[in-house]
Amino acid sequence: MTETPLFRYTLRLADNALVLGHRLSEWVGRAPVLEEDLALGNLGLDLIGQARAFYVYAGEIEGRGRDEDALAYLRDAGEYCNVLLVEQPNGDFAATMMRQLFYSAFAHPFFEALQKSRDATLAAIAAKAVKEMAYHVRHSAEWVIRLGDGTDESHRRAQQAADDLWTYTGELFEADAVERALIEAGIAPDTAALRASFDNAINDVFDEATLQRPGSGFMQSGGRDGRHSEHLGFILTELQFLQRVYPGAKW
Amino acid sequence: MYTQALNIKDMAAAAEDSAFDARFQSRVDAEEKIEPNDWMPDAYRRTLVRQIAQHAHSEIVGMLPEGNWITRAPSLKRKAALLAKVQDEGGHGAYLYAAAETLGVSREDLVEQLLDGKQKYSSIFNYPTLSWADIGIIGWLVDGAAIMNQIPLCRCSYGPYARAMIRICKEESFHQRQGYEIMVTLCRDGTPEQKAMAQDALNRWWWPVLMMFGPSDKDSQHTDKSMRWKIKRFTNDDLRQKFIDATVPQGQYLGLTFPDPAMKHNDRTGHWEHGEIDWSEFKRVVAGDGPCNRQRMKQRRDANENGAWVREAALAFAQKRRARAEAAARIAAE
Repeated sequence: MTETPLFRYTLRLADNALVLGHRLSEWVGRAPVLEEDLALGNLGLDLIGQARAFYVYAGEIEGRGRDEDALAYLRDAGEYCNVLLVEQPNGDFAATMMRQLFYSAFAHPFFEALQKSRDATLAAIAAKAVKEMAYHVRHSAEWVIRLGDGTDESHRRAQQAADDLWTYTGELFEADAVERALIEAGIAPDTAALRASFDNAINDVFDEATLQRPGSGFMQSGGRDGRHSEHLGFILTELQFLQRVYPGAKW
Repeated sequence: MYTQALNIKDMAAAAEDSAFDARFQSRVDAEEKIEPNDWMPDAYRRTLVRQIAQHAHSEIVGMLPEGNWITRAPSLKRKAALLAKVQDEGGHGAYLYAAAETLGVSREDLVEQLLDGKQKYSSIFNYPTLSWADIGIIGWLVDGAAIMNQIPLCRCSYGPYARAMIRICKEESFHQRQGYEIMVTLCRDGTPEQKAMAQDALNRWWWPVLMMFGPSDKDSQHTDKSMRWKIKRFTNDDLRQKFIDATVPQGQYLGLTFPDPAMKHNDRTGHWEHGEIDWSEFKRVVAGDGPCNRQRMKQRRDANENGAWVREAALAFAQKRRARAEAAARIAAE
């Protein structure tokens, strides 16, 4: 059975949210200040909540009886279709905040546009997610500004994070055949149209942070088609371990 | 910001005055709340700082054993619930530190004392979480025991602590139900492997949980004074007994066996009697030789050290921003 574009598309949205939420949850108990332990947990919870809503819907679209956990816990890395950006390691606090800024500066206008989708379920999930992503942009932007314009060390780390992660931002705006079919049907927003909003947000933050925006350079991609970095396998190993060791058990 | 300035005792001589002491005690006896700027005996203040700080530290260190399992939680629902729970604990830590700050200490100092090993946290968190069932057990038993200890603190004589505890207890009782629900899923609806996992977890955690109530009354150092000041309202042994009586039927419903061959119901008193607690283990773990004391402290120290550059950056940025605002105001004024 071939999967429908809508299933694939919804799964991509779910995987993005789960993998980034999982990454953020790795911070718990390790953050630089207690308030950030709480904030990073909050961001992670938002994303895991989004992932669950998208997985449930993907399962319905597919109609083969897979629920949110079957989709999250029983697919291998090659079947995961998140963008490469979200699976990048947490690194230091600057890398985590930069990754969050890049993702949310895309996701916020994206969900804003997805609210107008002709697919009522996607539109409804987007309506909730857009508010959350607005907060993610604000929180990560504030930190990138503080770090960029803080001490020499924090400036150096923030610039390094930007330079290392920039190569994963191109994939956010790619539209393949799956996506184009849905754009034409009025279900998916055209991400190319979101580019200006992303650029403006990043430029404003980088100016205030006294950071150099990285040059265009080569853009890595492939995650959405299941070609991942080495990191995803380790995430799934940890994420899926109980479901794999005790097949069929209910938790 | 903390309120030390408001609490400086400019009446050192008067403080010794037994009239103050008597008035203080009569207010406590009348169940009035003592507030931050009220006169209070030094020893009362010290006892509270010690207890609230220890409680706050316990919340923060308590995030670690459960935090272990966030990335391995077996379903998305469990993952979200555990992440939210661990976050609640961080939140409890935050408002307990705030309550301690009303007594003239700062969070930074208290954290430093924790990291230097000068202040303690609950010993229960020095035990490892080895399976998913441990997450159920922590909710059911560790949070259950904490609630027994903490419900009376909602009526504690010190206002800020009492008020913090009201909110904390509400969240803890939600955690406790959540933990028990994990146990029900494992034990009543689970596979034989899941039941075995649950039994193993109970075997490892039962005795350490009983130790959470502290030494037996005959060996407890702090009880008398704390009772008189209404910081404490029940003795360690009373609370332990209440906990056991509430918990045994819950364990029986799960079909689990408590790892105490001497446990039996006394039909005359209506209480469950338990075997001898191994207080040498308790003393050893408190003294630093529990299975995870070193790991827990190392994780806290690492987080603190690895985050130092972030805190410095935030401070430097705030100073720059203030300087720029002042400069702009000067220019505007000229």
